[in-house]
Amino acid sequence: MSSMNNLSESGKSGMNLKETELTLGLPGEPRVGKACMKRVFSETVDLELGNSGKKDSSGSGSSMKKESATSRGKLVGWPPVRAHRKNIMTVKSGKYVKVGVDGAPYLRKVDLELYNSYEQFLSALEGLFTCFKIRTVLDEKKLMDPVNGVEYVPTYEDKDGDWMLVGDVPWKMFAESCKRVRLMTRSEAIGLAPRPETKCSSSSS
Amino acid sequence: MSDLTPTTLRNNVPLSPDEVLEIALESVLEFLPCQRDRNAFSLVNKSWNRIEAETRFEVVIGNCYSISPQRVVNRFKAIKSVVLKGKPRFADFSLLPPDWGARFSPWVVVLSGAYRGLEKLCLKRMYVSNDDLVVVANTFVGFKEIRLVCCEGFGTSGLAVLAGKCRQLRVLELIEDEVADDEEDWISFFPGGATCLESLMFDCVECPLNFNALEKLVARSPSLKKLRVNRYVSLGQLRHLMIIAPQLTHLGTGSYGPLEDLEDPLPANELRDHVSSAFAASKSLVCLSGFREIVPYFLPAVYPVCANLTSLNLSYANILVEEFKQVISHCHKLQILWVLDLISDGGLVAVAATCKDLQELRVFPMDTIEDNAGPVSDVGLHAIAEGCKKLQSILFFCQQMTNAAVISMSINCPDLIVFRLCIIGRYRPDHSTGEPMDEGFGAIVKNCKKLTRLAVSGLLTDRAFSYIGQYGKLLRTLSVAFAGDSDMGLTYVLEGCPKLEKLEIRDSPFGDIALRSGMHQYHNMRFLWMSTCKVTRQGCREIARQIPGVIVEIFNWNQVGEEGENSDLVDTLYMYRSLEGPRADAPRFVNIL
Repeated sequence: MSSMNNLSESGKSGMNLKETELTLGLPGEPRVGKACMKRVFSETVDLELGNSGKKDSSGSGSSMKKESATSRGKLVGWPPVRAHRKNIMTVKSGKYVKVGVDGAPYLRKVDLELYNSYEQFLSALEGLFTCFKIRTVLDEKKLMDPVNGVEYVPTYEDKDGDWMLVGDVPWKMFAESCKRVRLMTRSEAIGLAPRPETKCSSSSS
Repeated sequence: MSDLTPTTLRNNVPLSPDEVLEIALESVLEFLPCQRDRNAFSLVNKSWNRIEAETRFEVVIGNCYSISPQRVVNRFKAIKSVVLKGKPRFADFSLLPPDWGARFSPWVVVLSGAYRGLEKLCLKRMYVSNDDLVVVANTFVGFKEIRLVCCEGFGTSGLAVLAGKCRQLRVLELIEDEVADDEEDWISFFPGGATCLESLMFDCVECPLNFNALEKLVARSPSLKKLRVNRYVSLGQLRHLMIIAPQLTHLGTGSYGPLEDLEDPLPANELRDHVSSAFAASKSLVCLSGFREIVPYFLPAVYPVCANLTSLNLSYANILVEEFKQVISHCHKLQILWVLDLISDGGLVAVAATCKDLQELRVFPMDTIEDNAGPVSDVGLHAIAEGCKKLQSILFFCQQMTNAAVISMSINCPDLIVFRLCIIGRYRPDHSTGEPMDEGFGAIVKNCKKLTRLAVSGLLTDRAFSYIGQYGKLLRTLSVAFAGDSDMGLTYVLEGCPKLEKLEIRDSPFGDIALRSGMHQYHNMRFLWMSTCKVTRQGCREIARQIPGVIVEIFNWNQVGEEGENSDLVDTLYMYRSLEGPRADAPRFVNIL
């Protein structure tokens, strides 16, 4: 699985410390991107944790380390990335939420800011978790596993910590209040707002 | 009467030997387009100089302050193409105060008077105003090509004038410019009827677009081969453009996703299929870029073209490692690849496995904060070294590196011309041995016999510079930051590298002694930049006094007009050779010695 590959690759870099490094996310989650890597070392400059010992062969090293950390990227023109590129990359910081599916061994992270509607979002989920497709049943879009016909109900945890059914509120409101998403199998979704009874059980159109 | 020797008669009058020589030389010059060669040719004697001047059609001016526009038009009478560069490269990293100079205005005034037949203009790091563009549009009747690279000072109203007035325009390329939003719908200004457009690139224009107008423009531009749109074009809209222009060879995709206020009528999976079909129909596509706000779900739509791609720029694409690997696995013909370090060492391994013809690789950092580890490292560099043996140019940002990986690249990639390694963490040694990075860079200059451009980083002692001076005989451009121990470092370079043209240094402990050691060299160089080093005002004054033909500018970035504590130390020294005296347009904070 891809997440496993990532773990073994980070081990290959020789930094055994990396495996024990704190990251945001559940075990098995891919360790890529700044969203997952904690910048604890540069932020706890006073304690001089971690690799400060390795860094300097000259005495000035540790003070340099302090200086670089406290400036925290405020050093003018360093690294030498064109301002144009830096600005473009920071325009979209993204709103990443974890997405889990019942039965899948690992979660994914999805940037809600990439989508403007529920339909786009569900399509994206379809792309991420290839085990199911979007089917339209009686004008409603549902996520279903074509192999066993199991239907998944998208739910989410909102700012208040409550688990809600995806789709009730306008998209933008959902995107703002959503903290994480879980695709529950229909049997588990008992208790959420009831769906209208469907006469035919098979997928269509 | 047979014409056995047609060139020895003109209007039936025999030519003098000099005239015959002239004609012969002119024929030879036809085969000497390269400016370097022509410069050499023109130095032989006065008449060769004159002949060369009369037959030169393109002039390249690497520093707009090295020569006045008047002198250029006096020497060359029939120029059709001008390439003009302004600010030094460190301006890109906000190290040059604004309003420093490099204005195009004084040039456009003179050029418009002398070269009515000017067809091509390429400007890099210059300040170009809307008025300048108006002059260009109004003056040069047969104007065909304009390329603006890293420029600023103009906006969409200037573009509108160019579009509207330059009827022969075939190339309009805007590359990494700052373009002001004058709220002019510039695309609509292109005249109706078929256009000559071959290349239209505006991916850097951060202004909304009239898509309707763009669509119609593309539809009536049958010669269009290169199209790079900005991020205000959605994926659905891009698809329409691709269907209208299946002949494109270069495509910049714009956002490659939905636009915030534009709902796409198609469901996502259908859109993806349609885009995929459009790519499949683009049989000539070899260069792909854009992906400004990519929705990763749509990335697989590019698979049909991957096998043909020679150039791929994903350096704005926020995608996962697996998503990248899927794409790259199809790209066997790739020669140029720009990516974000998000692809991680695993992604680089995938590149090394597939892209055996890779010539240029650039790995940009997603995160620019100094950290102990990042997603790419010596592991990825090593993989690239072993897999991409035809590599000629590399730019690599990382948080940590080893000498071994760099040495490996120096041995495996003998064709390297450009090696730029940026270890973001300053003063970082080899993370596995704790040693400085001297040996790695030493191996590069020693083993890569074609190397002309080098950028160094990490913990470096004077030894690294002694290697550069010893082996870097072809080196033309050198970039140094946070490196070296003493004046000896810079001295090694100035004494050892005879072909050095551009030397840019920041935050390194080189002072007046080092500066003095290069006195024999400075008139051979285009420029020397030293910021936050240890040179003093006095040291700079000495250089200015002793070397004619070199302009010495010093300025203090932070203290405009003030005297700081160490008022003797100079913040920034920018020195360049010039045929002119001190420039008249220097702002207050610039001191020309």
